[in-house]
Amino acid sequence: MRSHQQIDNRRWLLIFASWLVAAVSSIGSLFFSEVMELVPCILCWYQRIFMFPLAIILLVGLCPLDKRVINYALPIAIIGLLFTLYHCLLYFGFIPENLQPCSQGVSCADEGMELFGFLPIPLLSLASFSLIIFFLLTSRFSK
Amino acid sequence: MKQNYTIIGAILLMALAFVMAAYLYNSQQTETKTQLVTQNSDALSKPYSPRKGNPEAKVTIVEFLDPACETCRQFHPLVKELLATYRGKVNLVIRYAPLHPGSDHMVKILQAAEKQGKFWEVLDLMFETQPYWASHHQPKPEVFWTYLERFGFDVVQLRQDMNDPEIDRIVKQDIADGQLLGATKTPTFFINGKPLSRFGYEQLKSLVANEVNANY
Repeated sequence: MRSHQQIDNRRWLLIFASWLVAAVSSIGSLFFSEVMELVPCILCWYQRIFMFPLAIILLVGLCPLDKRVINYALPIAIIGLLFTLYHCLLYFGFIPENLQPCSQGVSCADEGMELFGFLPIPLLSLASFSLIIFFLLTSRFSK
Repeated sequence: MKQNYTIIGAILLMALAFVMAAYLYNSQQTETKTQLVTQNSDALSKPYSPRKGNPEAKVTIVEFLDPACETCRQFHPLVKELLATYRGKVNLVIRYAPLHPGSDHMVKILQAAEKQGKFWEVLDLMFETQPYWASHHQPKPEVFWTYLERFGFDVVQLRQDMNDPEIDRIVKQDIADGQLLGATKTPTFFINGKPLSRFGYEQLKSLVANEVNANY
Protein backbone atom coordinates (compact mmCIF):
# COMPACT_ATOMS: atom_id res chain seq x y z
CA MET A 1 0.00 0.00 0.00
CA ARG A 2 1.46 3.33 -1.04
CA SER A 3 1.00 6.48 0.99
CA HIS A 4 -1.20 9.32 -0.25
CA GLN A 5 1.87 11.42 -0.85
CA GLN A 6 3.41 8.76 -3.07
CA ILE A 7 0.22 8.34 -5.09
CA ASP A 8 -0.04 12.12 -5.54
CA ASN A 9 3.58 12.28 -6.68
CA ARG A 10 2.93 9.56 -9.21
CA ARG A 11 -0.20 11.30 -10.42
CA TRP A 12 1.63 14.61 -10.72
CA LEU A 13 4.36 12.98 -12.75
CA LEU A 14 1.89 11.40 -15.15
CA ILE A 15 -0.02 14.66 -15.66
CA PHE A 16 3.33 16.38 -16.10
CA ALA A 17 4.21 13.85 -18.81
CA SER A 18 0.92 14.50 -20.62
CA TRP A 19 1.48 18.26 -20.36
CA LEU A 20 4.98 17.84 -21.77
CA VAL A 21 3.58 15.98 -24.78
CA ALA A 22 0.92 18.66 -25.31
CA ALA A 23 3.42 21.51 -24.99
CA VAL A 24 5.97 19.94 -27.32
CA SER A 25 3.24 19.20 -29.86
CA SER A 26 1.90 22.77 -29.69
CA ILE A 27 5.34 24.31 -30.08
CA GLY A 28 6.18 21.83 -32.82
CA SER A 29 3.06 22.67 -34.81
CA LEU A 30 3.86 26.37 -34.41
CA PHE A 31 7.33 25.62 -35.74
CA PHE A 32 5.84 23.96 -38.83
CA SER A 33 3.56 26.91 -39.58
CA GLU A 34 5.60 29.92 -38.43
CA VAL A 35 9.19 28.90 -39.14
CA MET A 36 8.90 26.32 -41.91
CA GLU A 37 5.90 28.20 -43.30
CA LEU A 38 3.87 25.07 -43.99
CA VAL A 39 0.25 26.15 -44.29
CA PRO A 40 -1.92 24.07 -41.92
CA CYS A 41 -4.78 22.23 -43.64
CA ILE A 42 -8.30 22.34 -42.17
CA LEU A 43 -7.93 19.09 -40.24
CA CYS A 44 -4.60 20.26 -38.85
CA TRP A 45 -6.40 23.35 -37.58
CA TYR A 46 -9.01 21.26 -35.78
CA GLN A 47 -6.29 19.20 -34.14
CA ARG A 48 -4.49 22.38 -33.08
CA ILE A 49 -7.74 23.72 -31.64
CA PHE A 50 -7.79 20.73 -29.28
CA MET A 51 -4.03 20.56 -28.65
CA PHE A 52 -3.30 24.18 -27.68
CA PRO A 53 -5.75 24.34 -24.72
CA LEU A 54 -4.34 21.07 -23.36
CA ALA A 55 -0.92 22.69 -23.05
CA ILE A 56 -2.50 25.41 -20.89
CA ILE A 57 -5.14 23.57 -18.88
CA LEU A 58 -2.75 20.75 -17.88
CA LEU A 59 -0.17 23.29 -16.75
CA VAL A 60 -2.76 24.96 -14.52
CA GLY A 61 -3.65 21.58 -13.06
CA LEU A 62 -0.01 20.90 -12.25
CA CYS A 63 0.82 23.80 -9.98
CA PRO A 64 -0.54 23.05 -7.54
CA LEU A 65 -1.74 19.55 -8.35
CA ASP A 66 -5.47 19.47 -9.06
CA LYS A 67 -6.57 15.97 -9.99
CA ARG A 68 -9.83 17.23 -11.49
CA VAL A 69 -7.82 18.57 -14.41
CA ILE A 70 -7.95 15.03 -15.80
CA ASN A 71 -11.73 15.29 -16.07
CA TYR A 72 -11.44 18.57 -17.96
CA ALA A 73 -8.56 17.54 -20.19
CA LEU A 74 -9.74 14.07 -21.23
CA PRO A 75 -12.75 15.16 -23.34
CA ILE A 76 -10.58 17.67 -25.20
CA ALA A 77 -7.89 15.07 -25.86
CA ILE A 78 -10.41 12.45 -27.00
CA ILE A 79 -12.08 14.80 -29.49
CA GLY A 80 -8.61 15.73 -30.75
CA LEU A 81 -7.81 12.04 -31.14
CA LEU A 82 -10.96 11.53 -33.23
CA PHE A 83 -9.91 14.30 -35.62
CA THR A 84 -6.43 12.79 -35.81
CA LEU A 85 -7.78 9.32 -36.57
CA TYR A 86 -9.88 10.75 -39.36
CA HIS A 87 -6.87 12.64 -40.69
CA CYS A 88 -4.68 9.53 -40.63
CA LEU A 89 -7.30 7.47 -42.44
CA LEU A 90 -7.47 10.19 -45.06
CA TYR A 91 -3.72 10.55 -45.29
CA PHE A 92 -3.04 6.86 -45.73
CA GLY A 93 -5.81 6.58 -48.29
CA PHE A 94 -8.40 4.55 -46.36
CA ILE A 95 -10.93 7.29 -47.03
CA PRO A 96 -11.06 8.47 -50.64
CA GLU A 97 -9.79 11.97 -51.13
CA ASN A 98 -12.98 13.26 -52.74
CA LEU A 99 -14.82 12.79 -49.43
CA GLN A 100 -12.50 15.07 -47.52
CA PRO A 101 -13.89 18.35 -46.23
CA CYS A 102 -10.89 20.46 -47.24
CA SER A 103 -11.32 21.03 -50.94
CA GLN A 104 -10.02 24.59 -50.79
CA GLY A 105 -6.56 25.68 -49.79
CA VAL A 106 -4.15 23.02 -48.59
CA SER A 107 -5.08 19.40 -49.14
CA CYS A 108 -5.18 17.26 -45.99
CA ALA A 109 -3.95 14.21 -47.89
CA ASP A 110 -1.17 16.07 -49.64
CA GLU A 111 2.43 15.07 -50.04
CA GLY A 112 5.00 17.18 -48.26
CA MET A 113 3.53 16.52 -44.84
CA GLU A 114 6.49 14.36 -43.90
CA LEU A 115 8.96 15.57 -41.34
CA PHE A 116 12.59 14.77 -42.27
CA GLY A 117 11.15 13.17 -45.38
CA PHE A 118 9.59 10.11 -43.72
CA LEU A 119 7.59 11.04 -40.60
CA PRO A 120 4.06 12.15 -41.55
CA ILE A 121 2.71 14.98 -39.38
CA PRO A 122 -0.72 13.29 -38.90
CA LEU A 123 1.09 10.30 -37.41
CA LEU A 124 2.93 12.59 -34.96
CA SER A 125 -0.41 14.05 -33.96
CA LEU A 126 -1.83 10.55 -33.46
CA ALA A 127 1.11 9.66 -31.21
CA SER A 128 0.69 12.88 -29.20
CA PHE A 129 -3.03 12.57 -28.53
CA SER A 130 -2.70 8.84 -27.73
CA LEU A 131 0.15 9.47 -25.29
CA ILE A 132 -1.73 12.31 -23.59
CA ILE A 133 -4.82 10.12 -23.14
CA PHE A 134 -2.70 7.20 -21.95
CA PHE A 135 -0.88 9.30 -19.32
CA LEU A 136 -4.08 10.94 -18.13
CA LEU A 137 -5.90 7.60 -17.75
CA THR A 138 -2.93 6.06 -15.96
CA SER A 139 -2.88 9.05 -13.63
CA ARG A 140 -6.63 8.80 -13.10
CA PHE A 141 -6.46 5.13 -12.03
CA SER A 142 -3.21 5.37 -10.05
CA LYS A 143 -3.34 3.47 -6.81
CA MET B 1 8.63 23.49 -4.91
CA LYS B 2 10.81 20.99 -6.73
CA GLN B 3 7.88 20.32 -9.05
CA ASN B 4 7.60 23.99 -9.93
CA TYR B 5 11.27 24.09 -10.86
CA THR B 6 10.75 21.06 -13.08
CA ILE B 7 7.98 22.91 -14.92
CA ILE B 8 9.97 26.11 -15.30
CA GLY B 9 12.96 24.12 -16.50
CA ALA B 10 10.85 22.31 -19.07
CA ILE B 11 9.37 25.58 -20.38
CA LEU B 12 12.80 27.20 -20.68
CA LEU B 13 14.19 24.14 -22.41
CA MET B 14 11.34 24.13 -24.95
CA ALA B 15 11.70 27.84 -25.64
CA LEU B 16 15.44 27.43 -26.13
CA ALA B 17 14.95 24.45 -28.45
CA PHE B 18 12.42 26.42 -30.50
CA VAL B 19 14.67 29.43 -30.92
CA MET B 20 17.71 27.36 -31.78
CA ALA B 21 15.83 25.18 -34.24
CA ALA B 22 14.33 28.28 -35.89
CA TYR B 23 17.77 29.84 -36.19
CA LEU B 24 19.31 26.71 -37.68
CA TYR B 25 16.42 26.20 -40.06
CA ASN B 26 16.53 29.81 -41.26
CA SER B 27 20.27 29.88 -41.85
CA GLN B 28 20.02 26.59 -43.73
CA GLN B 29 17.15 27.98 -45.83
CA THR B 30 19.13 31.14 -46.63
CA GLU B 31 22.04 29.02 -47.77
CA THR B 32 19.80 26.94 -50.04
CA LYS B 33 18.20 30.09 -51.45
CA THR B 34 21.57 31.70 -52.09
CA GLN B 35 22.76 28.58 -53.86
CA LEU B 36 19.62 28.56 -55.99
CA VAL B 37 20.34 32.12 -57.12
CA THR B 38 24.02 31.41 -57.77
CA GLN B 39 23.09 28.49 -59.99
CA ASN B 40 20.54 30.59 -61.90
CA SER B 41 22.19 33.99 -61.91
CA ASP B 42 21.07 34.56 -65.52
CA ALA B 43 17.49 34.63 -64.30
CA LEU B 44 18.07 37.63 -62.02
CA SER B 45 17.72 40.37 -64.59
CA LYS B 46 17.00 40.63 -68.29
CA PRO B 47 17.94 43.35 -70.79
CA TYR B 48 14.29 44.37 -71.11
CA SER B 49 13.85 44.82 -67.33
CA PRO B 50 13.14 48.39 -66.17
CA ARG B 51 16.08 49.92 -64.32
CA LYS B 52 16.59 52.93 -62.13
CA GLY B 53 19.84 54.48 -60.98
CA ASN B 54 23.40 54.48 -62.24
CA PRO B 55 23.83 51.56 -64.69
CA GLU B 56 27.49 51.32 -63.59
CA ALA B 57 26.56 50.91 -59.93
CA LYS B 58 28.22 47.97 -58.21
CA VAL B 59 25.20 47.12 -56.08
CA THR B 60 22.01 45.98 -57.77
CA ILE B 61 18.70 45.47 -56.04
CA VAL B 62 16.44 43.11 -57.98
CA GLU B 63 12.84 43.40 -56.84
CA PHE B 64 10.12 40.96 -57.86
CA LEU B 65 6.88 42.86 -57.35
CA ASP B 66 3.16 42.69 -57.91
CA PRO B 67 1.37 46.04 -58.46
CA ALA B 68 -1.66 44.77 -56.51
CA CYS B 69 0.39 43.72 -53.46
CA GLU B 70 0.00 46.05 -50.45
CA THR B 71 3.42 45.26 -49.02
CA CYS B 72 5.04 46.13 -52.37
CA ARG B 73 3.20 49.45 -52.19
CA GLN B 74 4.59 50.10 -48.71
CA PHE B 75 8.10 49.15 -49.77
CA HIS B 76 8.02 51.36 -52.88
CA PRO B 77 9.00 54.67 -51.18
CA LEU B 78 11.46 52.84 -48.93
CA VAL B 79 13.30 51.32 -51.86
CA LYS B 80 13.41 54.72 -53.57
CA GLU B 81 14.83 56.13 -50.35
CA LEU B 82 17.61 53.52 -50.45
CA LEU B 83 18.43 54.54 -54.02
CA ALA B 84 18.63 58.19 -52.95
CA THR B 85 20.79 57.39 -49.92
CA TYR B 86 23.36 55.53 -52.03
CA ARG B 87 23.05 57.64 -55.17
CA GLY B 88 25.26 56.31 -57.94
CA LYS B 89 26.24 53.21 -55.96
CA VAL B 90 22.97 51.28 -56.04
CA ASN B 91 20.58 50.63 -58.87
CA LEU B 92 17.24 48.89 -59.02
CA VAL B 93 15.87 46.31 -61.43
CA ILE B 94 12.16 45.56 -61.44
CA ARG B 95 10.86 42.09 -62.28
CA TYR B 96 7.19 41.15 -62.45
CA ALA B 97 5.60 38.61 -60.14
CA PRO B 98 1.88 38.99 -60.92
CA LEU B 99 0.55 36.71 -58.18
CA HIS B 100 -2.84 38.38 -57.63
CA PRO B 101 -5.68 37.75 -60.04
CA GLY B 102 -5.70 40.45 -62.71
CA SER B 103 -2.16 41.58 -61.98
CA ASP B 104 -0.91 40.32 -65.34
CA HIS B 105 -2.98 43.08 -66.98
CA MET B 106 -1.41 45.75 -64.75
CA VAL B 107 2.06 44.39 -65.38
CA LYS B 108 1.52 44.59 -69.13
CA ILE B 109 0.57 48.26 -68.76
CA LEU B 110 3.88 48.77 -66.95
CA GLN B 111 5.95 47.13 -69.64
CA ALA B 112 4.08 49.11 -72.31
CA ALA B 113 4.91 52.27 -70.35
CA GLU B 114 8.56 51.22 -70.28
CA LYS B 115 8.47 51.35 -74.08
CA GLN B 116 7.52 55.04 -73.83
CA GLY B 117 10.09 55.69 -71.09
CA LYS B 118 7.27 56.26 -68.62
CA PHE B 119 7.67 53.13 -66.50
CA TRP B 120 8.49 54.83 -63.18
CA GLU B 121 5.76 57.45 -63.51
CA VAL B 122 3.15 54.76 -64.21
CA LEU B 123 4.45 52.55 -61.36
CA ASP B 124 4.24 55.49 -58.95
CA LEU B 125 0.69 56.20 -60.05
CA MET B 126 -0.24 52.52 -59.82
CA PHE B 127 0.92 52.20 -56.23
CA GLU B 128 -0.56 55.54 -55.27
CA THR B 129 -3.99 54.62 -56.60
CA GLN B 130 -3.77 50.95 -55.61
CA PRO B 131 -6.57 51.10 -52.99
CA TYR B 132 -8.98 52.27 -55.70
CA TRP B 133 -8.30 49.74 -58.42
CA ALA B 134 -7.12 46.77 -56.33
CA SER B 135 -9.60 47.00 -53.46
CA HIS B 136 -10.47 43.70 -51.79
CA HIS B 137 -8.27 41.89 -54.24
CA GLN B 138 -10.91 42.42 -56.87
CA PRO B 139 -8.88 44.22 -59.50
CA LYS B 140 -10.65 46.88 -61.51
CA PRO B 141 -8.14 47.74 -64.23
CA GLU B 142 -10.64 50.09 -65.91
CA VAL B 143 -10.45 52.33 -62.84
CA PHE B 144 -6.70 52.59 -63.29
CA TRP B 145 -7.14 53.45 -66.97
CA THR B 146 -9.22 56.49 -65.96
CA TYR B 147 -6.34 57.59 -63.73
CA LEU B 148 -3.88 57.16 -66.58
CA GLU B 149 -6.09 59.31 -68.76
CA ARG B 150 -6.54 61.97 -66.10
CA PHE B 151 -2.78 62.28 -65.56
CA GLY B 152 -2.16 62.74 -69.26
CA PHE B 153 -0.54 59.48 -70.26
CA ASP B 154 -0.79 58.34 -73.86
CA VAL B 155 -3.53 55.82 -73.21
CA VAL B 156 -4.11 54.94 -76.84
CA GLN B 157 -0.46 54.04 -77.34
CA LEU B 158 -0.38 52.10 -74.05
CA ARG B 159 -3.41 50.02 -75.02
CA GLN B 160 -1.87 49.28 -78.36
CA ASP B 161 1.57 48.40 -76.98
CA MET B 162 0.41 46.17 -74.15
CA ASN B 163 -1.14 43.73 -76.61
CA ASP B 164 2.20 43.19 -78.30
CA PRO B 165 3.00 39.46 -78.04
CA GLU B 166 6.54 40.50 -77.08
CA ILE B 167 5.18 41.93 -73.82
CA ASP B 168 3.31 38.72 -73.16
CA ARG B 169 6.59 36.84 -73.60
CA ILE B 170 8.36 39.22 -71.22
CA VAL B 171 5.74 38.71 -68.49
CA LYS B 172 5.89 34.94 -68.92
CA GLN B 173 9.70 35.06 -68.73
CA ASP B 174 9.55 37.08 -65.50
CA ILE B 175 7.10 34.61 -63.96
CA ALA B 176 9.33 31.70 -64.98
CA ASP B 177 12.45 33.39 -63.58
CA GLY B 178 10.65 34.20 -60.34
CA GLN B 179 9.70 30.55 -59.91
CA LEU B 180 13.23 29.47 -60.73
CA LEU B 181 14.67 31.79 -58.08
CA GLY B 182 12.08 30.92 -55.45
CA ALA B 183 10.43 34.35 -55.50
CA THR B 184 7.10 32.96 -54.39
CA LYS B 185 6.08 35.98 -52.33
CA THR B 186 6.05 39.68 -53.13
CA PRO B 187 8.10 41.68 -52.79
CA THR B 188 11.16 39.44 -53.09
CA PHE B 189 14.54 41.18 -53.08
CA PHE B 190 17.93 40.02 -54.25
CA ILE B 191 20.86 42.31 -53.52
CA ASN B 192 23.78 41.41 -55.77
CA GLY B 193 22.16 37.99 -56.00
CA LYS B 194 21.77 37.56 -52.24
CA PRO B 195 18.30 36.92 -50.81
CA LEU B 196 17.16 38.44 -47.51
CA SER B 197 17.72 36.04 -44.61
CA ARG B 198 14.50 37.33 -43.07
CA PHE B 199 11.91 39.50 -44.73
CA GLY B 200 11.75 43.08 -43.50
CA TYR B 201 12.79 46.64 -44.28
CA GLU B 202 15.59 46.66 -41.69
CA GLN B 203 17.01 43.46 -43.18
CA LEU B 204 16.86 44.96 -46.67
CA LYS B 205 18.52 48.16 -45.50
CA SER B 206 21.37 46.39 -43.73
CA LEU B 207 22.00 43.97 -46.61
CA VAL B 208 22.21 46.92 -49.04
CA ALA B 209 24.53 48.75 -46.64
CA ASN B 210 26.75 45.67 -46.36
CA GLU B 211 26.98 45.32 -50.12
CA VAL B 212 27.80 49.02 -50.55
CA ASN B 213 30.53 48.78 -47.92
CA ALA B 214 31.94 45.66 -49.53
CA ASN B 215 32.05 47.18 -53.04
CA TYR B 216 33.10 50.78 -52.45
